[in-house]
Amino acid sequence: MRKLLFESLIRPPLTERAPQVSNAAVDELARALDGMARRKLGRSLSIRAVDAGSCNGCELEMHALNNAFYDIERFGFRFVASPRHADVLMVTGPVTKNMREALKRTFEATPNPKWVVALGDCAKDGGCFAGSYAVVGGVSDVVPVDLHIPGCPPRPIEILKGLIALLDGANGKAGKAGAVQG
Amino acid sequence: MPALADLIEADHQVEHHAPWRRAVVAPKAWNLAVEQLAAGRWSLLGLWGEPDKVHMALLDETQTIGVISLDCRGGRYPSVGQLHPPALRLERAAADLFGLAPQGLPDTRRWLDHGQWGISHPLAARPGGPAAASSYRFLAAEGESLHQIPVGPVHAGIIEPGHFRFTAGGETVVRLEERLGYVHKGIEGLMQGASIDRAAKLASRTSGDSTVAYSLAFARAVEAALGITPPARAIWLRALMAEFERLANHLGDIGAICNDAAFAIMHAHCGVLRERVLRAADAAFGHRLMRDRILPGGTASDLNEAGADAIRSLVAEIRRRFPHLVELYDNTASLQDRTVATGRLKVELARQYAAGGYVGRASGRDFDARRAPGYAPYDELAFDVPVLQEGDVNARVWIRVREVEQSLSLIEQILGRLPTGPTLVDLAAPEGPREGMALVEGFRGDILAWLRIGEDGLIERCHLRDPSWFQWPLLEAAIEGNIVADFPLCNKSFNCSYSGHDL
Repeated sequence: MRKLLFESLIRPPLTERAPQVSNAAVDELARALDGMARRKLGRSLSIRAVDAGSCNGCELEMHALNNAFYDIERFGFRFVASPRHADVLMVTGPVTKNMREALKRTFEATPNPKWVVALGDCAKDGGCFAGSYAVVGGVSDVVPVDLHIPGCPPRPIEILKGLIALLDGANGKAGKAGAVQG
Repeated sequence: MPALADLIEADHQVEHHAPWRRAVVAPKAWNLAVEQLAAGRWSLLGLWGEPDKVHMALLDETQTIGVISLDCRGGRYPSVGQLHPPALRLERAAADLFGLAPQGLPDTRRWLDHGQWGISHPLAARPGGPAAASSYRFLAAEGESLHQIPVGPVHAGIIEPGHFRFTAGGETVVRLEERLGYVHKGIEGLMQGASIDRAAKLASRTSGDSTVAYSLAFARAVEAALGITPPARAIWLRALMAEFERLANHLGDIGAICNDAAFAIMHAHCGVLRERVLRAADAAFGHRLMRDRILPGGTASDLNEAGADAIRSLVAEIRRRFPHLVELYDNTASLQDRTVATGRLKVELARQYAAGGYVGRASGRDFDARRAPGYAPYDELAFDVPVLQEGDVNARVWIRVREVEQSLSLIEQILGRLPTGPTLVDLAAPEGPREGMALVEGFRGDILAWLRIGEDGLIERCHLRDPSWFQWPLLEAAIEGNIVADFPLCNKSFNCSYSGHDL
């Protein structure tokens, strides 16, 4: 373990070392997110993941945001364990009828101001599962959605881009949400 | 002692069912098969319904596979689960979807139907009115000072939804009962009447982590039904993708299991390797998870030289880094303290439930669908199937470690011998109804696909059985007597699919 730890100390960060073009994009996004998140939310944005019926593909890419390449916590973005700690609900999947109530309750348990990100093609309108007896439809059929990030599943880089878009519009929503639900 | 082949031959065999045979049997033969299951001589590969019919896929001692079907007069049939518990949840699901009533089923609570669909028995010939939403009666646990801990369906991590009801005496779990079905999307319903293209898309979205394996299982079942052999290059590319998927998932799991024992450094390093696999998959096949790359008739994308180079350098990178991580796992006493002897699954239970994948192989069940029944190109490739007897979290980690090594070798072998030529053939229209079946080894275990294509070339009925059906119940057994705090560790070491199970 000492060897691994030592190597990690002397090796340059993976984001800079990896050769692909996409890594430059990660780096650029990282800087953009950092400035934006700090300006609007101090230093933190807490994200609560809610799988409302997904195939688990979106969850895999959400997990990837935590790996050393994307390392989303650098910017104060954290996946939290309870909706009561969250600013953002990141909801995946077509919303199944069996998950509708749980999604509603999770939304209600999240304090204002709050934002909902619908992640993936299914979260928009049910995707290829739309029309099933067991599916309600998209996330916006159950809770108000502020942003949709397309993809099947969206790449981690697309999720990061989406978070920027969300932060761009965050101030406006904060007032609105407070007025409607506060 | 009857053989499955005799039983099928003795009864009304169905024409155009490939590659294994199916027979419509009399109740007597059905019961005979159930006896073989209950006696532990045969294994249950799947049980699914159709309006007024129930099918059972079986594996006998000679490794023969076959399907027997029973007409359900008045929607009733003799329960398999009353004598062979692995069938319980499958029968409850078939009851929910088709209204089939297994006679003698000891557990008649609804399973997938939570009373939210607005209809009941959605796939029956005549669906019923809405089932009343009623509270679920969890099984009782009696004793002094027991308390219950309800968890889910929304969990603390980035995971799929399901409900776990723990009954604990102090720190120790006395009983765990799972309640699933939250992500039931009605995939089998959507498949009915779908074109093969659309059904392939649905199949590959059954469980996202196994998108390659599901696409492959579905494609192989379609090809078996239509009597099509895909081009040689496609067959080898599919295996390449399947091994990539296994590699990515096993690396992710090894790290995540260690993370649940609060050993984050393994998680970080395994996460890096997993990301590299996904990036190489993206470079080689155009999608990080390789979704929709396998189609009935072949593959959607070919591999070019740049893609092959990306794969070669990936394999070299993992070969360089992975052994250090394995050594770290093996030499960290505090980590071993958490994984060794934790969540032990008995060999007898793994055998009874025909548990696939690392769950079965860590508990002595020497089964891998790539080897038997086997499918191309694995018959031309050299690989070992690791098996351990201990059945604890540690054994499930080691099976994954060994399978990572095997997958690396398989990837090298495939790259070295990749045939040239086209990668996709057109599907011929069937001359009448055709039935096909496939058993494919996903990273989690064997996935069964069964389907019937109608004269019009559309899917009449398709059933996909995730390995999790036979693993979820075993998690309940494995956690018993462990402390509540070790549940995440045990759960991750099983890593069952919610979506694949709920369909």
